[in-house]
Amino acid sequence: MKQEFSKNKDFWAGLMLIGIGAAAMFIARDYRFGSAVRMGPGFFPTILGGILVAFGICIVAVGLRSGEKIQERLSIRALILLPLSLVLFGVLMERAGFIPALAALVFVAAASGREFRIMEVLLLTVFLTVTSAALFIWGLGLPYPLLKGF
Amino acid sequence: MELFHNLFFGFGVALSVQNLLYCFIGVLVGTLIGVLPGIGPMATIAMLLPLTYNVPPVAALIMLAGIYYGAQYGGSTTSVLVNLPGETSSVITCIDGYQMARQGRAGAALAIAAIGSFFAGTVCTLIVAMFGPPIAEMALKFGSPEYFSLMLMGLVTAAVLAQGDMLKSLAMVVLGLLLGIVGSDVDSGLNRFCFGAVELADGIGFVIIAVGVFAVGEIISNLSDPEDRRVFTSKVGSLYPTLKDLKQSIGPIIRGTALGAFFGVLPGTGPSIASFGSYVLEKKMSADPSRFGHGAIEGVAGPESANNADAQCKFIPMLTLGIPASGTMALMLGALMIHGITPGPGVMTQKPDLFWGLVASMWIGNLMLVVLNLPLVGVWVSLLKVPYRLLFPAIMVFSAIGIYSSNSVSFDVYMAALFGVLGIIWRLLGCSPVPMLLGFVLGPMIEENLRRALQVSEGDPTVFLTRPISLLFIIITVLILVVMVLPAVRKRRGDITG
Repeated sequence: MKQEFSKNKDFWAGLMLIGIGAAAMFIARDYRFGSAVRMGPGFFPTILGGILVAFGICIVAVGLRSGEKIQERLSIRALILLPLSLVLFGVLMERAGFIPALAALVFVAAASGREFRIMEVLLLTVFLTVTSAALFIWGLGLPYPLLKGF
Repeated sequence: MELFHNLFFGFGVALSVQNLLYCFIGVLVGTLIGVLPGIGPMATIAMLLPLTYNVPPVAALIMLAGIYYGAQYGGSTTSVLVNLPGETSSVITCIDGYQMARQGRAGAALAIAAIGSFFAGTVCTLIVAMFGPPIAEMALKFGSPEYFSLMLMGLVTAAVLAQGDMLKSLAMVVLGLLLGIVGSDVDSGLNRFCFGAVELADGIGFVIIAVGVFAVGEIISNLSDPEDRRVFTSKVGSLYPTLKDLKQSIGPIIRGTALGAFFGVLPGTGPSIASFGSYVLEKKMSADPSRFGHGAIEGVAGPESANNADAQCKFIPMLTLGIPASGTMALMLGALMIHGITPGPGVMTQKPDLFWGLVASMWIGNLMLVVLNLPLVGVWVSLLKVPYRLLFPAIMVFSAIGIYSSNSVSFDVYMAALFGVLGIIWRLLGCSPVPMLLGFVLGPMIEENLRRALQVSEGDPTVFLTRPISLLFIIITVLILVVMVLPAVRKRRGDITG
């Protein structure tokens, strides 16, 4: 019987779990396993990794039998832009200061939605940046420079 | 009377100006996000956790708890008025609540929902106060084997009763345990799974996972599956229920409260299973079941009491045993840990102000909600007109600043971005991230208790079966697994999202 794997939900879920479990066991080889009486740092993770692999195998088996497909939709745009906005925030907090970091965060995050109205987003960026600066820096006294010298 | 003495003490704590203020902020924010669909209590609590660092732990917990039960109230408001459940627990309220609104009786529905919730809240405050101390006292005698078995039972039950695939939920618990032990090993000091990153030596921050998976992940998920939010506002009508309404509601409110309290202490069963159960029960007990679905007030009174009772009783295992019965409770445990408090039966004796203050604040908070919600109904509904595209960037701002401010390192923000992506992948693959969070919180404690138990027993794993209390927990765990594997029971599984 020909199976379509590319969208098989359980198949991929199982594979992911097997992968993580196996990786955990592999990395934990470097940690002392010890014995039951004196569990080493490798004891618990190795066992957990093993259980995860076992679960993964069962779930793959279920997937091959049922063949349930992934149904949820995924916006690739949001998947890329939203995490990117956080990364930008992190980088700019270190290099450029609070205001540029927040502005970039709001702008890029807003761009990940379906509707993008440039004027509205710009206004939102200004509004959120100013209110957060007021709330967090002046209000709560977080010790971050608003702008860093280049 | 010990009970009244303790409650009196609790009210003393909760009625301080600071704690009242935080309680008020909590229920206000809770109602707000309860009204707004697309942002749930989990994401909100995760997001606001870091902002409570500088607040005393009692006030922080009072506020976070307020968000939690406030969201239940807010969720029911929109269910009744616009047929839009703000939270999953109020889905069932839509059925008859919205019908009542269409008949011009929205005010009565809202009032009954508030009265029922308040009654449930009052009863459950008493339940927590009555049963908390004996449970904690008993748990204080537990040794490592009992603790290990108890946590095992908690995790397995939560995973098995949770919404979605049972196998995957159990696997996600294990994955959570693995994530939980990242960082330096308490026993040997070895840095495990750190990939050379010194930032990970203290483990993955709780806030990072919580915000990454539940705030960022949830936003990606919402943006991927946009639903049209059309708002039909109906007239609220008179806020005073008629005498007949009250008469019809007394029974459902009492039964709903009992049902909710029962489901509340069970791990894994979210408030929606309690409210759904109550609805079914009322329909069965009704002399004229055909009224249901056409604006029967019992269909509002019962479920609304049940979900509030459930929400409050979830605090019992969390406060007395340190076992999270739901995702939100895992966040509460995380909040305790962030403030340097070790969760468990010791909380009650070492931090009586925290326990009793929190219990008393829940009653005060419930009272505030009644006063706050009914007159302000119009304000809450008008909030629905705020489009999501303006809302989610604001959530991102809070999330980012919250994460960054905990350690002031950008590494944490990158990790949150990573967990946002992981969270959405897990959701796509049908792996609920909630069991993962439960495992994550308990990971280090499970390892520590396993290690100690085996040390004492000299490596003999039967120690978990020879000690009676531990054996009891193991038997319950096995029983639950066996029962849930039976397909007939599997069909009736609720959800854990509360």
